[in-house]
Amino acid sequence: MSSLAVRKAAPAAGTTPGTAQGPPLRRRIALIPTLTLLLGAIYTLLPVAWVVIASTKSGSELFSTFTFLPGSGFAENLKDLSAYRDGVYWKWMGNSALYAGLGALLSTGVSAFSGYALATYRFKGREAIFNVLLAGVLMPPIILAIPQYLLMAKADITDSYLSVLLPQILSPYGVYLSRVYATAAVPSDVVEAGRMDGASEWRIFTRIAVPMMIPGLVTVFLFQFVAVWNNFLLPYIMLSDDEKFPITLGLFTLLQQGNNQPALYTLVITGAFLAVIPLIALFLVIQRFWSLDLLSGAVKS
Amino acid sequence: MPNTKRTRLVASTIAVALGATALAACGSSNDSKAESGPVNLTFWSWAPGMDKVVDLWNKGPGKKDQITVTFKKQASGDTLVTKILTAHKAKTGPDLVQAEYQALPTLVSNGAVADISKEIGDTKSKFADGVWGQVTLGTDAVYAVPQDIGPLMFYYRADLFKKYGLTVPTTWDEFAQTARALKKKAPNLDLTTFSANDAGLFAGLAQQAGAKWWTASGNMWKVGINDAATQKVAKFWGGLVKEGAIDNQPMYTPAWNKALDTGKQIAWVSAVWAPGVLTTAAPDTKGKWAMAPLPQWNKGDDVTGSWGGSSTAVTTDSKHQAAAAKFAAWLNTNADAVDTMAKVGGIYPASTSAQTSGAFSSPPAYFPNQADFYTQAAKIAKATAASAWGPNVNVAYTSFNDAFGTAAKNKSDFVTALNTVQGTTLADMKKQGFGVSQ
Repeated sequence: MSSLAVRKAAPAAGTTPGTAQGPPLRRRIALIPTLTLLLGAIYTLLPVAWVVIASTKSGSELFSTFTFLPGSGFAENLKDLSAYRDGVYWKWMGNSALYAGLGALLSTGVSAFSGYALATYRFKGREAIFNVLLAGVLMPPIILAIPQYLLMAKADITDSYLSVLLPQILSPYGVYLSRVYATAAVPSDVVEAGRMDGASEWRIFTRIAVPMMIPGLVTVFLFQFVAVWNNFLLPYIMLSDDEKFPITLGLFTLLQQGNNQPALYTLVITGAFLAVIPLIALFLVIQRFWSLDLLSGAVKS
Repeated sequence: MPNTKRTRLVASTIAVALGATALAACGSSNDSKAESGPVNLTFWSWAPGMDKVVDLWNKGPGKKDQITVTFKKQASGDTLVTKILTAHKAKTGPDLVQAEYQALPTLVSNGAVADISKEIGDTKSKFADGVWGQVTLGTDAVYAVPQDIGPLMFYYRADLFKKYGLTVPTTWDEFAQTARALKKKAPNLDLTTFSANDAGLFAGLAQQAGAKWWTASGNMWKVGINDAATQKVAKFWGGLVKEGAIDNQPMYTPAWNKALDTGKQIAWVSAVWAPGVLTTAAPDTKGKWAMAPLPQWNKGDDVTGSWGGSSTAVTTDSKHQAAAAKFAAWLNTNADAVDTMAKVGGIYPASTSAQTSGAFSSPPAYFPNQADFYTQAAKIAKATAASAWGPNVNVAYTSFNDAFGTAAKNKSDFVTALNTVQGTTLADMKKQGFGVSQ
């Protein structure tokens, strides 16, 4: 086995067989994961690169010039996009930010509450509730969109900001993650110590548990933010007024204009490109909270 | 844009979810009568520039009658139909909806759109009989007012036809010969492509040949997707694809745009709205295209099918059906309204008098070389064959995409694919509980 590795690696490495015996074997093993990761990166980044480059092309360049050759129409595209229906695009952007930002924040709050409660308190039916939640995690949200619409219609709040925000606040996955994280990150000793010192349960939660759960909550927030930002079906069913549309829905209406109208490809591509930027920025900014994970902890084990 | 596979996926996802919510169907019966006092209506439509037309109404006749219309822009396609049906289940639908002709039977059989025959007066006289038939579904009721139509025509690169010494085909036989002649002279070029990603075009071609895909008598439906006329059309196109006389790649892809723009494909069987599509698909060839009537099955015939087109319907959820019907009639027959829709929204109106007026006195910007474009179009539109849509067109279309997509790709038998579509559609109608006669 090792001699085979040496034989193969030796010509490439150009070193003496004696010194190459150890390292080439390790390098050979690392080659496959690296290649796989590289392929994965190319697979995910290539479409992004396409969007970035295509957004710089003008309508006439879009399909006629080489795919990865930057065009000259970015400023024009941006102007056209901003002019479309009196700048409704930026309204969609604002709506998306509202739905995703506020929705994810509220959802994280609810998840933190319920996850902490499920992890810390022992009460009757706790496991039953948790199992129902798990079932909820397995349920694709798409299935719920129409029942939720019918519910909202009963409350007479369809076609409103609330109708899109409310269903997204309760996220089974978020609660599940929070519980798992709270179990791991908030030791019962710490909670007990808080109680001994006479802190109220609310104080223990907000002052002791939440700071310990921050890295987990950041994850929940990010997941939820991305989920809401990309959500299509729920707002599609709930909203009929395009002033309230999030960006996903808005771009869809730009594409589907009926067949007697040219599709606004350049606008959609530029719009899609701009819509990705906040997500990337959010990831870059929030990423640093994850590293806290290593430093946090209150009890010695 | 004609429906892509993706939007169909969304549509069918919603449809499945709809089915999952077992909700008793609601038969609402709104008594519509003339009413007094201000009325507010909401209108779902995807037509670009519709907001400007609605403004015209709100400042003019609407102000006088105290009927205010609020326009809510939607995305077109099958997904909108499912959205309308969902809203109808919750009885929160808008007052007016834009509906494609082939979607009307679905909306009617779900009880979503109202019969407005009593409210619209003599509107019928403003439209060609074939067009009007699409909104009555062959009954005494009227379920919508026609808005725009899409009669099929033949578009070709006039300069390249000249270069290769081709003549414009007037029959389908000549069409096949033209395709072969081009292959001989320039093996790299194709006359056109057979695309399986939009069933609407194939449906229009079958219509021209005299096909009746759905017919109703009493409570029984008859599905004739694989009738003799459609088989003839399928065999014709299948034969051309098999011998390699035309391309078999789908339309509306970047590759297709490029083929049109660079002159690799030099003709397109399309509808009256093609100039709009060509503007984005083939921007470099502006002024080089020309339009001619669709080739005929028998020499000397004069008949065409249609691809697309839509109407304005009043929903059963509306509490002001009479007012809504009044707006629908105004929208599609008033000269100013139709003219604005045509100019801003690029629609080709169903109303016969509008087809030769105002916006249509000069050719589309993409066709500066064909001054009589719209005069010809109006003549062609008159000879549109009646269409026969049924309550599950979406199922037939999805099945078409799959079956013909595979057949075109493998260059296999189109009639087998046609039988698959027939079988799937029939089975779905039975499953939905429609009475079906063989």
